[in-house]
Amino acid sequence: MLEIKNLHARIEDNEILKGLDLTINPGEVHSIMGPNGSGKSTLAQVLAGREDYEVTEGSITYNGKDLLDLSPDERAGEGVFMAFQYPVEIPGVTNTQFLHAAINAQRKYRGQDEIDAIEFLKLAKQKRQMMKIDDSLLSRSVNEGFSGGEKKRHEIYQMAMLEPKLAILDETDSGLDIDALRIVADGVNSLRGSDRSFVVITHYQRLLSYVVPDFIHVLYKGKIVRSGGKELALELEEKGYAWIEEQIEAAAV
Amino acid sequence: MTTMTIQDHQQAGPLAELNPASLPQSPAWLQPMREQALARFNKLGLPTTRDEDWRFTNVAPIRDALLELSPNGQAVTLSQRDADTCAVPGVTGSRLVFVNGRFNASLSSIKPLPQGVRVLSLAEAIETEQALLKTHLGKLADFEDQPFTALNAALADDGVVVCVPRGKQVDEPIYLLNITTADKPLLINPRNLIVVEESAAVTVIEDYVSLNGEGVYLNNAVTEVVVGDNAHATHYMLDRESTEAFNISSLYSRQGRDSRFESHTALLGGSIVRNNVTSVLDGEGAWSQLNGLYVIRGDQTADNHMRVVHAKPHGDSRQFYKGIMNDRAKGVFRGRIVVDPDAQKTDAKQSNQNLLLSPDAGVNTDPQLEIFADDVKCTHGATIGQLNEEQVFYLRSRGVPYDTARAMIIYAFASETIDRMGCEPIRRLLKGQLLDRLPAGEVLKKIL
Repeated sequence: MLEIKNLHARIEDNEILKGLDLTINPGEVHSIMGPNGSGKSTLAQVLAGREDYEVTEGSITYNGKDLLDLSPDERAGEGVFMAFQYPVEIPGVTNTQFLHAAINAQRKYRGQDEIDAIEFLKLAKQKRQMMKIDDSLLSRSVNEGFSGGEKKRHEIYQMAMLEPKLAILDETDSGLDIDALRIVADGVNSLRGSDRSFVVITHYQRLLSYVVPDFIHVLYKGKIVRSGGKELALELEEKGYAWIEEQIEAAAV
Repeated sequence: MTTMTIQDHQQAGPLAELNPASLPQSPAWLQPMREQALARFNKLGLPTTRDEDWRFTNVAPIRDALLELSPNGQAVTLSQRDADTCAVPGVTGSRLVFVNGRFNASLSSIKPLPQGVRVLSLAEAIETEQALLKTHLGKLADFEDQPFTALNAALADDGVVVCVPRGKQVDEPIYLLNITTADKPLLINPRNLIVVEESAAVTVIEDYVSLNGEGVYLNNAVTEVVVGDNAHATHYMLDRESTEAFNISSLYSRQGRDSRFESHTALLGGSIVRNNVTSVLDGEGAWSQLNGLYVIRGDQTADNHMRVVHAKPHGDSRQFYKGIMNDRAKGVFRGRIVVDPDAQKTDAKQSNQNLLLSPDAGVNTDPQLEIFADDVKCTHGATIGQLNEEQVFYLRSRGVPYDTARAMIIYAFASETIDRMGCEPIRRLLKGQLLDRLPAGEVLKKIL
């Protein structure tokens, strides 16, 4: 479903990704871990199509298409979704307007009929209950005045509404208390399926106790330096990132 | 103080120098005001950009337009259908239609009003409401250093007089529909007086619209609003003039104790538009809100001058103005808050936010505070910015195409101002007009 080959990306003069390879098959959950500054968020942003990042080398193929050729909205239409690390506040646009616009834009892109307000509200209610999101959220502005936890839950709620094929969670667990983390994890787990893949980017092992990945990759200085199963997370938790750093630096000498 | 130069008088037309012969026929009690205003206007002349108050707006195109005074008594034919087309759809209540500045009784309809409420044309009021006019006309609209107000005071002979006596509430708005059909570059001086006595309430909508959306002319309007103790007055100013036209509107209010005054302004049309609002909180515990939106494009100029004067303690004032400038359009916001020594416990807030949609668009924003009391809370803030690309990206990442994403954010920016307006038909009109101007507006209409 997703094949990243030798990806190099930079922001301004700063090269951050330096030859990243990653292959994800349908239904798989991959976790990307790594110390701060290793390029985790850059990978998420490049996948979502943020124009501040320039891809200088390599390719990303998604369901047979060149992902880098698609605009951010086209990518969303193709089923790519990124849960933002820092969701953006949009005062004056209500959550209802926002999600209704998003769903219909994606449906239009895929050549499907748009859904009307009644269908939309029905769907929204069902998903809201799943994410334990209060009904009053509907008429509030997008992310405005939300707590950190509410913002993250709202991201997963959007994911549930949009039903993407490839979901990228960019440090969705950061800053969440344990209750909020459970709600987020339950939301993610309920969406797991044979035709939906996840890239779970996290700094901490904690989330991975709730969302158990099929693969874990360690990103360091813009490259994947270790890959393994879920046990890798425990090893990292125990020994810390310094352990990886030491190994890599030792190998480089 | 303005110093006139020879050059300023070179142009012909009524704005170069007013001839006493051009003053309208007036009863003896009104004549002195006209003569003083005429003398004052001739002394001041039209402002130039050397005047501090007109630094950002050059009115030379108004002077050069060779305006003619609106002829008295000359009937302009306008069908009911044309008038209805010009009106804001869905506004109920009494409607007074003015065509080229003249009250047109046959196009107007005055609904039954609570006992004692008077709504009539200024021309008629000059004959029949001498006491009311003597007490109030020209008392707020000081023309000492305001040439356009002086011009209006000298020449205005039509407009509306509304008087709501003590304790009476007019539920539906009083709608003043000013239609200009100008096939000539007319100088029109609408003059309105709204007197809301103690514990009374009324909403007045002042709407300026061009028939067929075209014509060069100047509407130089002055409206005075006297808000009694515990009274509530709401005023709307809608500028939907042709993009060749000029509109200078000066709104003056003075409030008594515990009263509420709301001014809502939407500037969409006009070549050069100046919106002056002077709000004096002259009673303890008065509340005033000046809420405005200017959405301009092409070569339009919209210049907003607010002056809020806190004269008594415990007053609350709110100024919320937002501007959206596209193409080469130019916005101006100048807001002054004056807190007199006596006005302790004043709470004054002023905010002006601007969105520039094109590299050639511009805005000058200049908040000013003059505080002479020591126990007050005054805040002001101004922002100028392009569209927030983070917000655009967030919407796009959910599948919303670029144009739609931009339109949603612009719409949301303006909606905050529009949503403060209590009159639903006006909100609907403004939102519709805004969407019509946005590239993806049609898409948004389906979901908003």
